[in-house]
Amino acid sequence: MTLTLKKYSVLPGFGLSLGYTIFYLSLIVLIPLSTIFFKTATLSWERFWEVVTDPRVIASYQLTFGASLAAALINAVFGLLVAWVLVRYSFPGKRIFDALVDLPFALPTAVAGIALTTLYAPNGWLGQYLDPLGIKVAFTPLGIMIALTFIGFPFVVRTVQPVLQDLEVEVEEAAACLGANRWQTFTRVIFPNLFPPLLTGFTLAFARALGEYGSVVFISGNMPFKTEITSLLIITKLEQYDYAGATAIALVMLVVSFSLIFVINLIQRWSIQRYAK
Amino acid sequence: MAIQVQGVSKQFGSFQAVADINLEIGADSLVALLGPSGCGKSTLLRLIAGLESPDTGSIWLSGQDATRQRLQERNIGFVFQHYALFKHLSVRENIAFGMAVRKFPKAQAQRRVDELLELVQLTGLGNRYPAQLSGGQRQRVALARALAVEPSVLLLDEPFGALDAKVRKDLRGWLRRLHNEVHVTTFFVTHDPEEAMEIADTIVVMNKGRVEQVGSPIEIYDQPASSFVMGFLGQVNAVPHTSPLFPSATDAVEVFVRPHDLQVVAAPTPNSAPARVERLLHMGWHVQAELALESGQTLTALISREQFNALGLAPAQQVHVLLSNPRSFNAESARRVQIPA
Repeated sequence: MTLTLKKYSVLPGFGLSLGYTIFYLSLIVLIPLSTIFFKTATLSWERFWEVVTDPRVIASYQLTFGASLAAALINAVFGLLVAWVLVRYSFPGKRIFDALVDLPFALPTAVAGIALTTLYAPNGWLGQYLDPLGIKVAFTPLGIMIALTFIGFPFVVRTVQPVLQDLEVEVEEAAACLGANRWQTFTRVIFPNLFPPLLTGFTLAFARALGEYGSVVFISGNMPFKTEITSLLIITKLEQYDYAGATAIALVMLVVSFSLIFVINLIQRWSIQRYAK
Repeated sequence: MAIQVQGVSKQFGSFQAVADINLEIGADSLVALLGPSGCGKSTLLRLIAGLESPDTGSIWLSGQDATRQRLQERNIGFVFQHYALFKHLSVRENIAFGMAVRKFPKAQAQRRVDELLELVQLTGLGNRYPAQLSGGQRQRVALARALAVEPSVLLLDEPFGALDAKVRKDLRGWLRRLHNEVHVTTFFVTHDPEEAMEIADTIVVMNKGRVEQVGSPIEIYDQPASSFVMGFLGQVNAVPHTSPLFPSATDAVEVFVRPHDLQVVAAPTPNSAPARVERLLHMGWHVQAELALESGQTLTALISREQFNALGLAPAQQVHVLLSNPRSFNAESARRVQIPA
């Protein structure tokens, strides 16, 4: 990657488009995020460390990352399944089902949170049957996971679907002619092609879950050390006018999230680059 | 018999793709399945491979009834028009795929891959990915992949259809030589008569889901069983039954003659007809002359340069034509009939 502006290219406007991209990214992403750094910088190093390593905050990190990871993994598995069914089979009402996939994006997250809480509360539609079995969903980490699964659901489906659609039938036929059974064809031929989009979908769902607030606060019950997510802690700090404290926690979230997503993107790059020339 | 097809039919919706086909292909032969697009030739190939199942009839492979056999058990090598390579696997991994899923010992598989790479002349490219290869190279990888599991039958569906003319020409000769080396019964689909004649020992001509004729390239060309076969294998002239060229012709017969079998002479002879030179096209070693009969119908003749010079042909010149090797067909059934001129 070198900036050789004089180099001839069939695509004109490299300088302009690059300039625009950097400007836009600065305006929308970098400048707002940089304020987090500046605000946090008003804290002394000791105070910063004290805030971000507070046991209550640590517990919230664990919950947030754990529940987000679990939700993203569930979405990866079931999103792949839903994409598979939507691409490979035809059944009545398929189009409606297909449209339903995007609903978690359209719904205000607070509405999703309230709806899920109503369902899973001990006296709710589903909760009343789960409660006697000793399964508590609302106001537990399990409930948080369900909410995060709900809001991240469309990502995997929508990233895997087009790739699955473009997969040539002939490639599967070739595998079968060579003696591969259905399982071998899936694991050796189909899945490797679906892995990069699956990883993208997983990353998006994971990133979305990390920052989720609206749907979780209703179902979690927000009990310190138990069901308190990091976003909620940040809001709590803000409500107490502890702006620097809020941004300190936000900064930790930001750095960790960015590192994780960056690593996942690197894995994805590597998995494609091997064979896509 | 390597392949026996007995009374096989296949319908897609209301479309009869293949109708009551009977076919036998001998072991170690190299056979072309020739026909226009949509004639059901690819469907027949897919039926033999087991990629489709027949509505009626049975398919026997190496003397065994394979009709109900699963595709994986048929031990068939199939080469697709668009290669169908596994693009996430290297060339070596592609070729080794069949051996990997059949759990061959690794060392043996690697040795076999090396042999095949040499056979398809791709030694040194084993670690590339399909995206880094040219079309011709990809098709050779597909062929090596199909040969890796030592199939009893090798089926190729328009194997050179997606390649440019030059590469196509090279690969034809190469496939022919390859067959002499590996001795596997090979059955390939093509819509190009030239390709079929160049590669195959036997040609099966198909039209509208049926087999029109089976024979050696020379038989197919010289003794076409139907007017379709004659027309499909090369240019033809329809001879009007009212012309003096073929006096015994009637309404019930169609007479065809190939352009190179139309003789152009300066003076009238028995069974010749007068014609006028309309247009002359110089095609290199031969000349294509368009001739108009008195009835107004035009015929195309191919004549050598020597003949052209001897006759001193020029547009608008009056000449006489006569037929050699005319073939007559029943106008209704389109089957060949023997009628003396």
